[in-house]
Amino acid sequence: MSVVVIDSGGANLASLCHALARLGVSASVSRDPAVIAAAPRVLLPGVGAAADAMSRLASFGLVETIRRLEVPLLGICLGMQLLFEHSAEGDTPCLGLLPGRVERLPASPELPAPHMGWNTVTRTAADALLDRLEGRHFYFVHGYGLRPVPCTTSICEYGGPWSASVARGRVHGVQFHPERSGAAGALLLANFLQCS
Amino acid sequence: MLAKRIIPCLDVRDGQVVKGVRFRDHVVVGDILELAARYRDEGADELVFYDITASPEGRSVDRDWVDRVARVLDIPFCVAGGIRSVADAEAILNAGAEKISVNTPALANPGLISDLARRFGSQCIVVGIDSETTTTGFRVYRDTGDPTRSRDAGRDTLAWVREVQDRGAGEIVLNCMASDGVRNGYDLRQLSAVRAECRVPLVASGGAGSALHFVAVFRDAKVDAALAASVFHRGTLVIRELKLELQGAGIEVRT
Repeated sequence: MSVVVIDSGGANLASLCHALARLGVSASVSRDPAVIAAAPRVLLPGVGAAADAMSRLASFGLVETIRRLEVPLLGICLGMQLLFEHSAEGDTPCLGLLPGRVERLPASPELPAPHMGWNTVTRTAADALLDRLEGRHFYFVHGYGLRPVPCTTSICEYGGPWSASVARGRVHGVQFHPERSGAAGALLLANFLQCS
Repeated sequence: MLAKRIIPCLDVRDGQVVKGVRFRDHVVVGDILELAARYRDEGADELVFYDITASPEGRSVDRDWVDRVARVLDIPFCVAGGIRSVADAEAILNAGAEKISVNTPALANPGLISDLARRFGSQCIVVGIDSETTTTGFRVYRDTGDPTRSRDAGRDTLAWVREVQDRGAGEIVLNCMASDGVRNGYDLRQLSAVRAECRVPLVASGGAGSALHFVAVFRDAKVDAALAASVFHRGTLVIRELKLELQGAGIEVRT
């Protein structure tokens, strides 16, 4: 099974590749539009700021490549947020593959931001990626997020509900980090590798 | 519901895990990868690797073991010690660490926090603060990895907590020096004072000796995570059992 991880410049590339390696999958990391367009399965990781990530994707000529993908695509953390229309982080237009807008998490001593740590997810719609994962803890770390949108498939509670996973057709996204979510994360990645 | 995190801290010196009492007299407690795998399997939520010699000796963390740890761990980990520049941090994050933590170099150059947050995002920038209770309040200490150089950094702890958040720190680890390694409980008074100023996640450090100390620090000081070393290294507490006790006390944990 071959998988291409988009080199979005974020710092979680190594941990994602290690997690895939633990599942017996050797992933190639690429920023080459031709390689990504020909991949049977694509992951879009991301850590950092939305504007930086979008300008990086644009500078590699990847925006249209990603928009035109017809294979399973999984956006992780910032990578999930980039799938949507717009992010309040740096007032950034994103890929627009899914309808919705990313907003900033409010911060207070009662509810610190970023939302950091292990939170449970509650499924709100059918999603093959979440098979056998109802109620498990996943590792989240994000200062921006999406409230529930029509394509939300699970939510986490943090001062109200936030989208924990989204899906529409072959486009999937998770706000948490499966590559750092222990056995539950490994199972989610394995589910993605199986989905069509 | 967001779980409270249990974080074993592995003090690293010359590639081995060591532990001292009140930052002094370090003894070797084990191999990095062995301990990392053990804590992962016992249910640790995160690990911190702290190169305690890096900062005072003016050198950066040796990157080799970061890569090896990243291959083994499927939970987040943070690397601290001697990170002085964006390039130092980048090397560690690219090797697979989730977070980097800065302490003394941020006191010498507070702009470092802003630079790191701008480049990598606040979510992976942790600021470690070593703090002492004095007659004039809580004071920040620097160069605490070396007892001969450890000294007052000339800053009030609460003011520094506010400043590092304004500069983009995504998490604060407050190490209460008087309780470190003594195992008489976390400094609830100091941690509660810092909690009131802290709108980013707060990690308690220094003083864990029993499960009740963890219950108290989560319930009374309302911290997001609790860090400990010797109780775990010595086997006084096993993380899996600790979590069951926390659960019994009504505290949300990942089991």
